[in-house]
Amino acid sequence: MSSATATAPAVNAAATTRPRESRAALYASLGLLALLLVAWQILPTALAVPKYIIPTLSDCLVEFGRMWTSESLLANTASTALYTILGFAIGSALGAALGYLLGMSEFWEKVLSPYILALQIAPKVAFAPLFIMWFGYNAMPKLLVTVLIVFFPVLVNVLQAMRTVDRDLVNLARAYNLSRFQIFLKVEMPSTLPNLMAGLRIASTLAVIGVTVGELVGGNTGLGFLISYGGGQANAAMVFNAIILLTVIGFLLYSALVRAETRLLHYLPKAQF
Amino acid sequence: MALEFRGVTKQFTTNSGAVLTAIRDVTFKVNEGEFVSVVGPSGCGKSTLLSMTAGLYQPTTGEVLVSDQPVTGPNDHVGFMLQKDLLLPWRNIVKNIEFGLEARGAAPGPRRERAMAELKRCHLAGFENHYPYQLSGGMRQRAALARTLAIDPEIILLDEPFSALDAQTKLLLQDSFAATIAESGKTTLLITHDLSEAVLMSDRILVLSERPGTVLTEIKVELPHRAHPLKRRVMPEVGEYAGQIFRHLKLEEKAI
Repeated sequence: MSSATATAPAVNAAATTRPRESRAALYASLGLLALLLVAWQILPTALAVPKYIIPTLSDCLVEFGRMWTSESLLANTASTALYTILGFAIGSALGAALGYLLGMSEFWEKVLSPYILALQIAPKVAFAPLFIMWFGYNAMPKLLVTVLIVFFPVLVNVLQAMRTVDRDLVNLARAYNLSRFQIFLKVEMPSTLPNLMAGLRIASTLAVIGVTVGELVGGNTGLGFLISYGGGQANAAMVFNAIILLTVIGFLLYSALVRAETRLLHYLPKAQF
Repeated sequence: MALEFRGVTKQFTTNSGAVLTAIRDVTFKVNEGEFVSVVGPSGCGKSTLLSMTAGLYQPTTGEVLVSDQPVTGPNDHVGFMLQKDLLLPWRNIVKNIEFGLEARGAAPGPRRERAMAELKRCHLAGFENHYPYQLSGGMRQRAALARTLAIDPEIILLDEPFSALDAQTKLLLQDSFAATIAESGKTTLLITHDLSEAVLMSDRILVLSERPGTVLTEIKVELPHRAHPLKRRVMPEVGEYAGQIFRHLKLEEKAI
Protein backbone atom coordinates (compact mmCIF):
# COMPACT_ATOMS: atom_id res chain seq x y z
CA MET A 1 0.00 0.00 0.00
CA SER A 2 2.64 2.47 0.98
CA SER A 3 4.58 1.65 -2.17
CA ALA A 4 1.58 2.47 -4.29
CA THR A 5 1.35 5.97 -2.91
CA ALA A 6 5.05 6.49 -3.46
CA THR A 7 5.27 5.46 -7.11
CA ALA A 8 3.55 7.93 -9.37
CA PRO A 9 4.29 11.33 -7.88
CA ALA A 10 7.56 10.19 -6.29
CA VAL A 11 9.80 12.55 -8.26
CA ASN A 12 7.68 15.54 -7.50
CA ALA A 13 6.84 14.60 -3.94
CA ALA A 14 9.38 17.09 -2.65
CA ALA A 15 7.58 19.86 -4.50
CA THR A 16 4.18 19.21 -3.02
CA THR A 17 3.09 22.63 -2.00
CA ARG A 18 0.41 21.53 0.42
CA PRO A 19 2.16 19.78 3.32
CA ARG A 20 -1.07 19.44 5.27
CA GLU A 21 -2.64 17.40 2.52
CA SER A 22 0.37 15.15 2.10
CA ARG A 23 0.51 14.58 5.85
CA ALA A 24 -3.14 13.61 5.83
CA ALA A 25 -2.40 11.15 3.03
CA LEU A 26 0.45 9.69 5.07
CA TYR A 27 -1.78 9.19 8.13
CA ALA A 28 -4.50 7.60 6.00
CA SER A 29 -1.92 5.32 4.44
CA LEU A 30 -0.58 4.26 7.85
CA GLY A 31 -4.11 3.79 9.17
CA LEU A 32 -4.88 1.47 6.27
CA LEU A 33 -1.74 -0.51 7.02
CA ALA A 34 -2.76 -0.93 10.67
CA LEU A 35 -6.22 -2.04 9.57
CA LEU A 36 -4.76 -4.61 7.18
CA LEU A 37 -2.44 -5.99 9.85
CA VAL A 38 -5.31 -6.38 12.30
CA ALA A 39 -7.46 -8.07 9.67
CA TRP A 40 -4.58 -10.36 8.80
CA GLN A 41 -4.25 -11.37 12.43
CA ILE A 42 -7.96 -11.89 13.13
CA LEU A 43 -9.66 -12.99 9.92
CA PRO A 44 -7.88 -16.32 9.15
CA THR A 45 -8.72 -17.68 12.61
CA ALA A 46 -12.23 -16.23 12.54
CA LEU A 47 -12.93 -17.80 9.13
CA ALA A 48 -11.21 -21.05 10.16
CA VAL A 49 -8.66 -20.85 7.36
CA PRO A 50 -5.90 -23.36 8.16
CA LYS A 51 -2.41 -22.12 8.92
CA TYR A 52 -0.86 -23.79 5.86
CA ILE A 53 -3.20 -21.77 3.59
CA ILE A 54 -3.06 -18.33 5.23
CA PRO A 55 -0.97 -17.97 8.37
CA THR A 56 -1.80 -15.10 10.69
CA LEU A 57 0.50 -12.17 11.38
CA SER A 58 1.70 -13.74 14.62
CA ASP A 59 2.34 -17.07 12.86
CA CYS A 60 4.54 -15.23 10.42
CA LEU A 61 6.38 -13.40 13.18
CA VAL A 62 7.05 -16.65 15.03
CA GLU A 63 8.20 -18.26 11.81
CA PHE A 64 10.39 -15.22 11.16
CA GLY A 65 12.21 -15.86 14.45
CA ARG A 66 12.63 -19.52 13.61
CA MET A 67 13.95 -18.71 10.12
CA TRP A 68 16.36 -16.20 11.62
CA THR A 69 17.93 -18.84 13.88
CA SER A 70 17.67 -22.06 11.87
CA GLU A 71 17.40 -21.08 8.20
CA SER A 72 20.14 -18.42 8.21
CA LEU A 73 17.61 -15.86 7.07
CA LEU A 74 20.07 -12.98 7.23
CA ALA A 75 22.58 -14.68 4.94
CA ASN A 76 19.87 -15.69 2.47
CA THR A 77 18.41 -12.18 2.40
CA ALA A 78 21.86 -10.66 1.99
CA SER A 79 22.58 -13.05 -0.88
CA THR A 80 19.39 -12.13 -2.70
CA ALA A 81 19.98 -8.42 -2.12
CA LEU A 82 23.54 -8.72 -3.38
CA TYR A 83 22.55 -10.46 -6.60
CA THR A 84 19.67 -8.07 -7.14
CA ILE A 85 22.01 -5.10 -6.96
CA LEU A 86 24.76 -6.82 -8.94
CA GLY A 87 22.38 -7.96 -11.68
CA PHE A 88 20.74 -4.55 -11.74
CA ALA A 89 24.08 -2.75 -12.01
CA ILE A 90 25.49 -5.00 -14.76
CA GLY A 91 22.25 -5.21 -16.72
CA SER A 92 21.53 -1.51 -16.67
CA ALA A 93 25.15 -0.60 -17.48
CA LEU A 94 25.05 -2.89 -20.52
CA GLY A 95 21.59 -1.69 -21.53
CA ALA A 96 22.57 1.97 -21.27
CA ALA A 97 25.86 1.41 -23.10
CA LEU A 98 24.17 -0.37 -26.01
CA GLY A 99 21.35 2.17 -26.03
CA TYR A 100 23.82 5.04 -26.41
CA LEU A 101 25.86 3.22 -29.06
CA LEU A 102 22.81 2.37 -31.14
CA GLY A 103 21.45 5.85 -30.55
CA MET A 104 24.50 7.27 -32.29
CA SER A 105 24.24 4.97 -35.31
CA GLU A 106 20.96 4.92 -37.16
CA PHE A 107 22.27 2.15 -39.39
CA TRP A 108 23.00 -0.31 -36.60
CA GLU A 109 19.81 0.59 -34.86
CA LYS A 110 17.86 -0.41 -37.96
CA VAL A 111 19.89 -3.61 -38.33
CA LEU A 112 19.45 -4.70 -34.74
CA SER A 113 16.01 -3.38 -33.83
CA PRO A 114 14.00 -6.48 -34.97
CA TYR A 115 16.21 -8.72 -32.82
CA ILE A 116 15.99 -6.37 -29.90
CA LEU A 117 12.22 -6.35 -30.21
CA ALA A 118 12.10 -10.17 -30.38
CA LEU A 119 14.32 -10.54 -27.34
CA GLN A 120 12.33 -7.91 -25.52
CA ILE A 121 9.11 -9.81 -26.09
CA ALA A 122 10.58 -13.21 -25.19
CA PRO A 123 9.84 -14.00 -21.53
CA LYS A 124 13.25 -13.63 -19.96
CA VAL A 125 12.47 -15.76 -16.91
CA ALA A 126 11.94 -18.75 -19.22
CA PHE A 127 15.67 -18.67 -19.89
CA ALA A 128 16.42 -19.70 -16.31
CA PRO A 129 16.33 -23.50 -16.83
CA LEU A 130 18.53 -23.07 -19.90
CA PHE A 131 21.12 -21.10 -17.96
CA ILE A 132 21.12 -23.80 -15.29
CA MET A 133 21.83 -26.43 -17.94
CA TRP A 134 24.67 -24.31 -19.24
CA PHE A 135 26.25 -23.08 -16.03
CA GLY A 136 25.08 -25.52 -13.34
CA TYR A 137 23.62 -24.93 -9.92
CA ASN A 138 25.52 -21.83 -8.90
CA ALA A 139 25.00 -18.08 -8.81
CA MET A 140 25.57 -17.62 -12.54
CA PRO A 141 22.07 -18.52 -13.82
CA LYS A 142 20.21 -16.13 -11.50
CA LEU A 143 22.67 -13.38 -12.23
CA LEU A 144 22.20 -13.88 -15.96
CA VAL A 145 18.40 -13.91 -15.74
CA THR A 146 18.56 -10.68 -13.75
CA VAL A 147 20.97 -9.03 -16.18
CA LEU A 148 18.77 -10.06 -19.10
CA ILE A 149 15.53 -8.84 -17.54
CA VAL A 150 17.05 -5.52 -16.47
CA PHE A 151 18.82 -4.93 -19.76
CA PHE A 152 15.83 -4.22 -22.02
CA PRO A 153 13.84 -1.51 -20.27
CA VAL A 154 17.05 0.50 -19.86
CA LEU A 155 18.11 -0.09 -23.45
CA VAL A 156 14.72 0.81 -24.89
CA ASN A 157 14.36 3.95 -22.78
CA VAL A 158 17.82 5.22 -23.65
CA LEU A 159 17.36 4.45 -27.34
CA GLN A 160 14.01 6.20 -27.41
CA ALA A 161 15.51 9.25 -25.71
CA MET A 162 18.47 9.36 -28.09
CA ARG A 163 16.06 9.42 -31.01
CA THR A 164 14.19 12.38 -29.59
CA VAL A 165 17.11 14.61 -28.56
CA ASP A 166 16.35 18.13 -29.81
CA ARG A 167 18.03 18.39 -33.23
CA ASP A 168 18.37 22.15 -32.80
CA LEU A 169 20.39 21.63 -29.64
CA VAL A 170 22.70 19.27 -31.50
CA ASN A 171 22.99 21.79 -34.35
CA LEU A 172 23.81 24.52 -31.88
CA ALA A 173 26.59 22.37 -30.45
CA ARG A 174 27.80 21.63 -33.98
CA ALA A 175 27.79 25.32 -34.83
CA TYR A 176 29.94 25.86 -31.74
CA ASN A 177 32.42 23.37 -33.17
CA LEU A 178 31.95 20.79 -30.46
CA SER A 179 33.35 17.37 -31.38
CA ARG A 180 31.08 14.35 -31.78
CA PHE A 181 32.12 13.06 -28.38
CA GLN A 182 31.62 16.47 -26.74
CA ILE A 183 28.13 16.67 -28.25
CA PHE A 184 27.37 13.27 -26.77
CA LEU A 185 28.75 14.20 -23.38
CA LYS A 186 27.34 17.72 -23.13
CA VAL A 187 24.06 17.50 -25.01
CA GLU A 188 22.83 13.98 -25.75
CA MET A 189 23.77 12.29 -22.51
CA PRO A 190 22.19 14.91 -20.20
CA SER A 191 19.14 15.18 -22.49
CA THR A 192 18.49 11.47 -22.10
CA LEU A 193 19.01 11.43 -18.34
CA PRO A 194 15.29 11.65 -17.44
CA ASN A 195 14.51 8.65 -19.65
CA LEU A 196 17.51 6.75 -18.38
CA MET A 197 16.32 7.25 -14.83
CA ALA A 198 12.80 6.13 -15.75
CA GLY A 199 14.27 3.01 -17.33
CA LEU A 200 16.36 2.33 -14.23
CA ARG A 201 13.31 2.65 -12.03
CA ILE A 202 11.40 0.07 -14.05
CA ALA A 203 14.51 -2.12 -14.15
CA SER A 204 14.92 -2.01 -10.38
CA THR A 205 11.52 -3.60 -9.84
CA LEU A 206 12.29 -6.25 -12.44
CA ALA A 207 15.68 -7.08 -10.93
CA VAL A 208 14.01 -8.63 -7.89
CA ILE A 209 11.89 -10.82 -10.16
CA GLY A 210 14.96 -11.99 -12.06
CA VAL A 211 16.84 -13.05 -8.95
CA THR A 212 13.77 -14.70 -7.41
CA VAL A 213 13.07 -16.78 -10.50
CA GLY A 214 16.72 -17.81 -10.70
CA GLU A 215 16.65 -18.92 -7.07
CA LEU A 216 13.29 -20.64 -7.40
CA VAL A 217 14.36 -22.73 -10.36
CA GLY A 218 17.77 -23.83 -9.29
CA GLY A 219 19.24 -22.39 -6.18
CA ASN A 220 20.26 -23.45 -2.73
CA THR A 221 20.57 -19.94 -1.32
CA GLY A 222 18.50 -16.80 -1.25
CA LEU A 223 14.90 -15.90 -0.53
CA GLY A 224 13.70 -17.54 -3.75
CA PHE A 225 15.17 -20.79 -2.50
CA LEU A 226 13.41 -20.34 0.86
CA ILE A 227 10.14 -19.86 -1.02
CA SER A 228 10.44 -23.15 -2.90
CA TYR A 229 11.76 -24.87 0.24
CA GLY A 230 8.92 -23.51 2.38
CA GLY A 231 6.39 -24.34 -0.35
CA GLY A 232 7.62 -27.94 -0.41
CA GLN A 233 7.01 -28.23 3.33
CA ALA A 234 3.57 -26.56 3.16
CA ASN A 235 5.07 -23.85 5.36
CA ALA A 236 3.02 -20.90 4.12
CA ALA A 237 4.40 -18.57 6.81
CA MET A 238 7.90 -19.10 5.46
CA VAL A 239 6.75 -18.24 1.93
CA PHE A 240 4.93 -15.14 3.22
CA ASN A 241 8.04 -13.93 5.04
CA ALA A 242 10.28 -14.47 2.04
CA ILE A 243 7.88 -12.58 -0.22
CA ILE A 244 7.74 -9.68 2.21
CA LEU A 245 11.53 -9.52 2.41
CA LEU A 246 11.80 -9.61 -1.40
CA THR A 247 9.39 -6.71 -1.56
CA VAL A 248 11.46 -4.82 0.97
CA ILE A 249 14.62 -5.34 -1.09
CA GLY A 250 12.86 -4.13 -4.25
CA PHE A 251 11.35 -1.19 -2.43
CA LEU A 252 14.69 -0.08 -1.00
CA LEU A 253 16.37 -0.24 -4.40
CA TYR A 254 13.49 1.67 -5.98
CA SER A 255 13.54 4.32 -3.25
CA ALA A 256 17.29 4.79 -3.64
CA LEU A 257 16.76 5.40 -7.36
CA VAL A 258 13.96 7.86 -6.77
CA ARG A 259 16.21 9.77 -4.39
CA ALA A 260 19.03 9.81 -6.91
CA GLU A 261 16.60 10.94 -9.59
CA THR A 262 15.26 13.80 -7.50
CA ARG A 263 18.82 15.00 -6.96
CA LEU A 264 20.02 14.54 -10.52
CA LEU A 265 16.98 16.03 -12.19
CA HIS A 266 16.61 19.00 -9.84
CA TYR A 267 16.64 21.32 -12.85
CA LEU A 268 13.31 20.12 -14.19
CA PRO A 269 10.40 22.41 -13.44
CA LYS A 270 8.38 20.84 -10.69
CA ALA A 271 4.76 20.07 -11.35
CA GLN A 272 2.40 21.66 -8.89
CA PHE A 273 -0.52 19.49 -7.95
CA MET B 1 32.99 41.15 -41.25
CA ALA B 2 30.73 41.00 -44.25
CA LEU B 3 28.43 38.18 -45.25
CA GLU B 4 27.74 37.42 -48.87
CA PHE B 5 25.51 34.98 -50.75
CA ARG B 6 26.52 34.46 -54.39
CA GLY B 7 23.99 32.70 -56.59
CA VAL B 8 23.07 30.25 -53.85
CA THR B 9 20.63 27.44 -54.60
CA LYS B 10 19.79 24.76 -52.08
CA GLN B 11 17.94 21.57 -52.87
CA PHE B 12 16.86 18.87 -50.48
CA THR B 13 15.83 15.33 -51.22
CA THR B 14 12.69 14.54 -49.27
CA ASN B 15 12.03 11.16 -47.71
CA SER B 16 9.84 10.20 -50.66
CA GLY B 17 12.75 10.87 -53.02
CA ALA B 18 11.41 14.09 -54.53
CA VAL B 19 13.80 17.00 -54.95
CA LEU B 20 12.71 20.15 -53.19
CA THR B 21 14.28 23.48 -54.00
CA ALA B 22 14.28 25.58 -50.87
CA ILE B 23 15.97 28.68 -52.27
CA ARG B 24 17.04 29.53 -55.80
CA ASP B 25 19.80 31.77 -57.02
CA VAL B 26 19.94 33.98 -53.96
CA THR B 27 22.47 36.78 -54.10
CA PHE B 28 22.89 39.50 -51.49
CA LYS B 29 25.47 41.08 -49.29
CA VAL B 30 25.44 42.25 -45.69
CA ASN B 31 28.13 44.81 -45.02
CA GLU B 32 30.21 44.96 -41.88
CA GLY B 33 28.21 46.33 -38.95
CA GLU B 34 25.01 46.34 -40.95
CA PHE B 35 21.69 45.01 -39.66
CA VAL B 36 19.74 43.26 -42.40
CA SER B 37 16.38 41.52 -42.08
CA VAL B 38 14.98 38.80 -44.28
CA VAL B 39 11.20 38.62 -44.54
CA GLY B 40 9.09 36.27 -46.59
CA PRO B 41 6.15 33.91 -46.52
CA SER B 42 6.46 30.85 -44.32
CA GLY B 43 8.38 28.02 -45.90
CA CYS B 44 10.34 30.29 -48.23
CA GLY B 45 13.69 28.95 -47.07
CA LYS B 46 14.56 31.73 -44.62
CA SER B 47 15.99 29.29 -42.13
CA THR B 48 17.93 27.55 -44.89
CA LEU B 49 19.88 30.78 -45.37
CA LEU B 50 20.76 30.76 -41.73
CA SER B 51 21.84 27.12 -41.57
CA MET B 52 24.13 27.60 -44.54
CA THR B 53 25.71 30.70 -43.00
CA ALA B 54 26.28 28.75 -39.81
CA GLY B 55 27.99 26.07 -41.93
CA LEU B 56 25.58 23.32 -40.89
CA TYR B 57 25.16 22.37 -44.52
CA GLN B 58 26.47 23.47 -47.90
CA PRO B 59 24.70 25.14 -50.82
CA THR B 60 23.87 22.89 -53.78
CA THR B 61 25.28 25.53 -56.09
CA GLY B 62 26.73 28.96 -55.42
CA GLU B 63 28.78 30.19 -52.50
CA VAL B 64 28.30 31.60 -49.03
CA LEU B 65 31.14 33.90 -48.07
CA VAL B 66 32.12 35.34 -44.73
CA SER B 67 34.79 38.01 -45.18
CA ASP B 68 35.33 36.74 -48.71
CA GLN B 69 36.12 33.25 -47.42
CA PRO B 70 33.73 30.46 -48.45
CA VAL B 71 31.96 28.83 -45.51
CA THR B 72 32.82 25.13 -45.51
CA GLY B 73 31.65 24.10 -42.07
CA PRO B 74 30.81 25.33 -38.59
CA ASN B 75 33.11 28.21 -37.75
CA ASP B 76 33.91 30.67 -35.03
CA HIS B 77 32.82 33.72 -36.99
CA VAL B 78 29.12 33.02 -36.85
CA GLY B 79 26.82 32.87 -33.85
CA PHE B 80 23.15 32.02 -34.20
CA MET B 81 20.01 32.20 -32.16
CA LEU B 82 16.60 30.68 -32.76
CA GLN B 83 13.03 31.18 -31.65
CA LYS B 84 13.70 28.46 -29.08
CA ASP B 85 16.25 29.68 -26.57
CA LEU B 86 18.05 26.31 -26.68
CA LEU B 87 19.38 26.76 -23.18
CA LEU B 88 20.53 23.52 -21.64
CA PRO B 89 18.03 22.94 -18.82
CA TRP B 90 20.57 21.10 -16.66
CA ARG B 91 22.98 24.02 -16.61
CA ASN B 92 22.59 27.24 -14.72
CA ILE B 93 22.62 30.49 -16.69
CA VAL B 94 26.30 31.30 -16.43
CA LYS B 95 27.27 27.77 -17.47
CA ASN B 96 24.87 28.02 -20.38
CA ILE B 97 26.58 31.19 -21.51
CA GLU B 98 29.92 29.40 -21.27
CA PHE B 99 28.68 26.56 -23.48
CA GLY B 100 29.95 27.99 -26.77
CA LEU B 101 33.37 28.72 -25.28
CA GLU B 102 33.97 25.16 -24.19
CA ALA B 103 34.93 23.81 -27.60
CA ARG B 104 37.72 26.37 -27.78
CA GLY B 105 39.70 25.10 -24.86
CA ALA B 106 39.59 28.36 -22.92
CA ALA B 107 40.68 27.99 -19.30
CA PRO B 108 37.77 27.91 -16.84
CA GLY B 109 38.81 31.16 -15.16
CA PRO B 110 38.76 33.50 -18.18
CA ARG B 111 35.76 31.60 -19.54
CA ARG B 112 33.75 32.44 -16.46
CA GLU B 113 34.90 36.07 -16.58
CA ARG B 114 33.81 36.36 -20.20
CA ALA B 115 30.43 34.78 -19.45
CA MET B 116 29.85 37.08 -16.49
CA ALA B 117 30.62 40.13 -18.64
CA GLU B 118 28.05 39.07 -21.24
CA LEU B 119 25.58 38.28 -18.49
CA LYS B 120 25.86 41.87 -17.26
CA ARG B 121 25.65 43.29 -20.78
CA CYS B 122 22.38 41.43 -21.32
CA HIS B 123 20.95 42.67 -18.01
CA LEU B 124 20.99 39.30 -16.28
CA ALA B 125 23.34 40.12 -13.42
CA GLY B 126 22.24 38.29 -10.30
CA PHE B 127 20.67 35.44 -12.25
CA GLU B 128 23.88 33.54 -12.99
CA ASN B 129 23.03 30.69 -10.65
CA HIS B 130 19.41 30.34 -11.73
CA TYR B 131 18.31 27.48 -13.93
CA PRO B 132 16.48 28.18 -17.21
CA TYR B 133 13.10 27.01 -15.88
CA GLN B 134 13.28 29.69 -13.21
CA LEU B 135 13.50 32.49 -15.81
CA SER B 136 10.83 34.15 -17.92
CA GLY B 137 10.76 33.71 -21.71
CA GLY B 138 12.27 37.13 -22.28
CA MET B 139 15.09 36.53 -19.82
CA ARG B 140 15.82 33.18 -21.40
CA GLN B 141 16.16 34.84 -24.81
CA ARG B 142 18.51 37.40 -23.27
CA ALA B 143 20.56 34.55 -21.86
CA ALA B 144 20.63 32.99 -25.33
CA LEU B 145 21.88 36.30 -26.74
CA ALA B 146 24.55 36.46 -24.04
CA ARG B 147 25.65 32.94 -25.03
CA THR B 148 25.77 34.01 -28.69
CA LEU B 149 27.80 37.11 -27.91
CA ALA B 150 30.15 35.24 -25.56
CA ILE B 151 31.91 33.50 -28.43
CA ASP B 152 32.48 36.97 -29.90
CA PRO B 153 31.17 36.13 -33.38
CA GLU B 154 31.68 38.53 -36.28
CA ILE B 155 28.21 37.81 -37.59
CA ILE B 156 25.05 37.23 -35.60
CA LEU B 157 22.19 35.27 -37.13
CA LEU B 158 18.80 35.70 -35.50
CA ASP B 159 16.04 33.33 -36.57
CA GLU B 160 12.75 34.76 -35.29
CA PRO B 161 14.13 35.22 -31.79
CA PHE B 162 11.12 37.25 -30.60
CA SER B 163 8.25 35.34 -32.13
CA ALA B 164 7.50 33.20 -29.08
CA LEU B 165 7.24 36.17 -26.74
CA ASP B 166 4.24 38.19 -25.65
CA ALA B 167 3.74 41.59 -27.31
CA GLN B 168 5.17 43.74 -24.51
CA THR B 169 8.17 41.55 -23.77
CA LYS B 170 8.82 41.51 -27.49
CA LEU B 171 9.04 45.31 -27.73
CA LEU B 172 11.32 45.58 -24.73
CA LEU B 173 13.54 42.78 -25.92
CA GLN B 174 13.79 44.17 -29.45
CA ASP B 175 14.95 47.41 -27.91
CA SER B 176 17.47 45.75 -25.64
CA PHE B 177 18.78 43.48 -28.44
CA ALA B 178 19.12 46.41 -30.83
CA ALA B 179 21.07 48.44 -28.27
CA THR B 180 23.34 45.53 -27.37
CA ILE B 181 24.01 44.68 -31.01
CA ALA B 182 24.64 48.31 -31.99
CA GLU B 183 27.04 48.68 -29.09
CA SER B 184 28.97 45.59 -30.12
CA GLY B 185 29.02 46.67 -33.77
CA LYS B 186 28.26 43.15 -35.07
CA THR B 187 27.03 42.35 -38.54
CA THR B 188 23.53 40.96 -38.08
CA LEU B 189 21.08 38.99 -40.17
CA LEU B 190 17.57 38.78 -38.72
CA ILE B 191 15.06 36.34 -40.09
CA THR B 192 11.51 37.28 -39.25
CA HIS B 193 7.94 37.15 -40.47
CA ASP B 194 7.00 40.25 -38.49
CA LEU B 195 7.10 43.11 -41.01
CA SER B 196 7.17 45.95 -38.52
CA GLU B 197 9.89 44.19 -36.53
CA ALA B 198 11.99 44.17 -39.69
CA VAL B 199 11.38 47.90 -40.20
CA LEU B 200 12.06 48.79 -36.55
CA MET B 201 15.37 46.97 -36.32
CA SER B 202 17.10 47.01 -39.70
CA ASP B 203 19.22 49.10 -42.00
CA ARG B 204 18.01 47.07 -44.94
CA ILE B 205 15.29 44.49 -45.62
CA LEU B 206 15.39 41.63 -48.11
CA VAL B 207 12.00 40.39 -49.27
CA LEU B 208 11.93 36.74 -50.28
CA SER B 209 9.39 35.08 -52.54
CA GLU B 210 7.53 31.87 -51.87
CA ARG B 211 9.38 28.59 -52.29
CA PRO B 212 11.68 28.30 -54.05
CA GLY B 213 12.81 31.48 -52.31
CA THR B 214 14.45 34.20 -54.36
CA VAL B 215 15.15 37.80 -53.43
CA LEU B 216 12.17 39.79 -54.72
CA THR B 217 13.42 43.17 -53.67
CA GLU B 218 15.61 45.02 -51.28
CA ILE B 219 14.34 47.91 -49.19
CA LYS B 220 16.65 50.38 -47.52
CA VAL B 221 15.20 51.66 -44.26
CA GLU B 222 16.20 55.32 -44.11
CA LEU B 223 15.19 56.06 -40.56
CA PRO B 224 17.27 57.14 -37.57
CA HIS B 225 17.51 55.30 -34.23
CA ARG B 226 18.40 51.83 -35.45
CA ALA B 227 19.62 51.10 -31.96
CA HIS B 228 16.27 52.09 -30.44
CA PRO B 229 13.27 50.35 -32.03
CA LEU B 230 11.00 51.93 -29.43
CA LYS B 231 11.89 55.38 -30.75
CA ARG B 232 11.42 54.29 -34.35
CA ARG B 233 8.11 52.74 -33.48
CA VAL B 234 6.33 56.10 -33.14
CA MET B 235 7.50 57.36 -36.55
CA PRO B 236 4.78 57.50 -39.20
CA GLU B 237 7.18 56.22 -41.90
CA VAL B 238 7.27 52.78 -40.25
CA GLY B 239 3.76 52.02 -41.46
CA GLU B 240 4.67 53.12 -44.98
CA TYR B 241 7.66 50.79 -45.07
CA ALA B 242 5.61 47.90 -43.74
CA GLY B 243 2.95 48.62 -46.36
CA GLN B 244 5.61 48.55 -49.05
CA ILE B 245 6.80 45.10 -47.95
CA PHE B 246 3.21 44.00 -47.65
CA ARG B 247 2.62 44.84 -51.30
CA HIS B 248 5.75 43.04 -52.42
CA LEU B 249 4.62 39.91 -50.66
CA LYS B 250 1.24 40.25 -52.41
CA LEU B 251 -0.45 39.33 -49.17
CA GLU B 252 -3.71 40.98 -50.16
CA GLU B 253 -4.22 38.69 -53.10
CA LYS B 254 -3.85 35.72 -50.82
CA ALA B 255 -6.31 36.96 -48.24
CA ILE B 256 -9.47 35.41 -49.55
